[in-house]
Amino acid sequence: MEYQSKLETVLRGIALLLVVVFFMFPIFWIFLMSLQTNETILRVPPSINFEPTLSNYRALITGKLETSAASLEINFLRNLWNSVFLSVASVALALLLGVPAAYAFARHKFKGSEDIAFTLLSFRFAPPLLVLLPLSLYFQKMGLADTYLGLIWVYQLICLPLILWIVRGYFEDISPDIEYAYRVAGHSWFSTFRKIALPLAGPGIAAAGLLAFIFAWNNFIFALVLASADKQPVTVGALAFITASGIQYGQIAAAIVMSIAPTLALALYAQKYLVEGLSLGAVKG
Amino acid sequence: MPVPSSVPKRRGKRLVSRRVLPYMLSLPALLVCIGILVPFITAIYYSLQRFRLSQPWAREMNWGQNYVRFMTDSDFWNTLLVSLEYAFLTVGLELVLGLGIALLLQKRTKLNNAVSIMLLMPLMTAPALAALMWKLMTNPGFGILNYFLTLVGIDDFRWGASPSSALFTVVLVDIWVYTPFIMILLLAGLRSLPTQPFEAAALDGVPRTQQFFRITLPMLTPYILTAALFRLLESIQQFDIIYAMTQGGPGDTLMVFQVEAYLNFFQSTNVGRSSALLLILWAITFFISNIFIKNWLRLRERARGEA
Repeated sequence: MEYQSKLETVLRGIALLLVVVFFMFPIFWIFLMSLQTNETILRVPPSINFEPTLSNYRALITGKLETSAASLEINFLRNLWNSVFLSVASVALALLLGVPAAYAFARHKFKGSEDIAFTLLSFRFAPPLLVLLPLSLYFQKMGLADTYLGLIWVYQLICLPLILWIVRGYFEDISPDIEYAYRVAGHSWFSTFRKIALPLAGPGIAAAGLLAFIFAWNNFIFALVLASADKQPVTVGALAFITASGIQYGQIAAAIVMSIAPTLALALYAQKYLVEGLSLGAVKG
Repeated sequence: MPVPSSVPKRRGKRLVSRRVLPYMLSLPALLVCIGILVPFITAIYYSLQRFRLSQPWAREMNWGQNYVRFMTDSDFWNTLLVSLEYAFLTVGLELVLGLGIALLLQKRTKLNNAVSIMLLMPLMTAPALAALMWKLMTNPGFGILNYFLTLVGIDDFRWGASPSSALFTVVLVDIWVYTPFIMILLLAGLRSLPTQPFEAAALDGVPRTQQFFRITLPMLTPYILTAALFRLLESIQQFDIIYAMTQGGPGDTLMVFQVEAYLNFFQSTNVGRSSALLLILWAITFFISNIFIKNWLRLRERARGEA
């Protein structure tokens, strides 16, 4: 066993505390702000002594924002719904397209498979605007500009490579012998895939799907370029909201809390999958 | 190879499998990606043109002129410099911090696990929203961080609004979001290291600092390199944090590649220059990603070999 002096224990404790404070304080503080009215937010010096109120959340949910100048209608719930719909639909499509492809790459070393896999991976690393800007001109011509369909298609740029690479790693870890045995017993290729390969790679598919969902939810640049107000997810919506609502800081904070809560909850709920997906995705592939 | 419908199903399947099946399975994914490859080629074409959306009549091929002009364009050199500064500052600081935190959390105790789960939260926050959170905390009127600074005697710190502290501010937000990523990778690396060398070193009475520099660090290097290159690839393309925080301002202080290209395209509608900028950024990322992929494959082999 290694020896730890008292001093070292204390120093480690302080360092750990600093780490927790630095990384947790912003979330904690914005949450507190979201429960306050402008009067208590603007107090000098700031204090955590206040009567918590849900009025900011109420305003966001009803869509009626009372500003000092006038009352203003903002459909923040629409942004929230867009985020949910875009992320879920994109991940579903990416799983549908990506899992069979990942299986093909893992099981069949066909001609050019490695090249194709790397080409797909390199999309992950190219600057998104390089594709988005010409695409925005194409979309206008094709009538895909500002449609959910166009956005979901572009979101594949985030989701598909992620799913391909993580799931492929999981398929490669399953011994093909189990599948051969099942096939020899007279089952078709498809039922082998469905009954043997898919369940065994289940945790990997879940991890990849979860990560893809979070990355899609957190994406900003795609919708900023391609979507107008009524299709925008929360990331873009929150920015527009700040310009519109001006100085209603409590409501801005509440909007941020509502926007980050889903991914944070998912992260806490499924942290094991996430850590595995993140580190395997990078280390093991 | 079309299969006549009269052929019994079972035989049809056998014909399909083996050679064609893998292509058929990956085809849909490939088609989607080819749809994305087309705009990439279009971007190359645009970058060789004089092309402003506001002056469609003046559109013409000017071949390499957009690129040649960069040589004498001080805005371009500013963009290149700021992007590199941002990338190396963030990745360097995040590596040091991430490694430190990973070492701190190395032992599997309940407290350490709880802390490492907590650190997932910044990483799962959308970077654009993280920038807004920090914007609220650094607001000159009521920002809590300004208040903390006045407590230590710094009165008029203007964060993102002042050219001298804007870079510091966005780097701080980047560190807040992405240090946990590096920490998670390095923690996984640290915990997968074999224990024998450390036991042997402890038996021989090798001091802990020496153990760190002679054993831990060399064995961890492939992980550190992978994490650093991966982050470098993302960081040199950073858009969300900078755009949400200052839109590249004040002035041109934070005009990194993608922000500059975005504003070129949508504000000055200079599609040609914007595309040329992005292609130069692409060349840089292509170069880094090649090194990264080589390195990553080696690490993968090793992880496989040990498993």
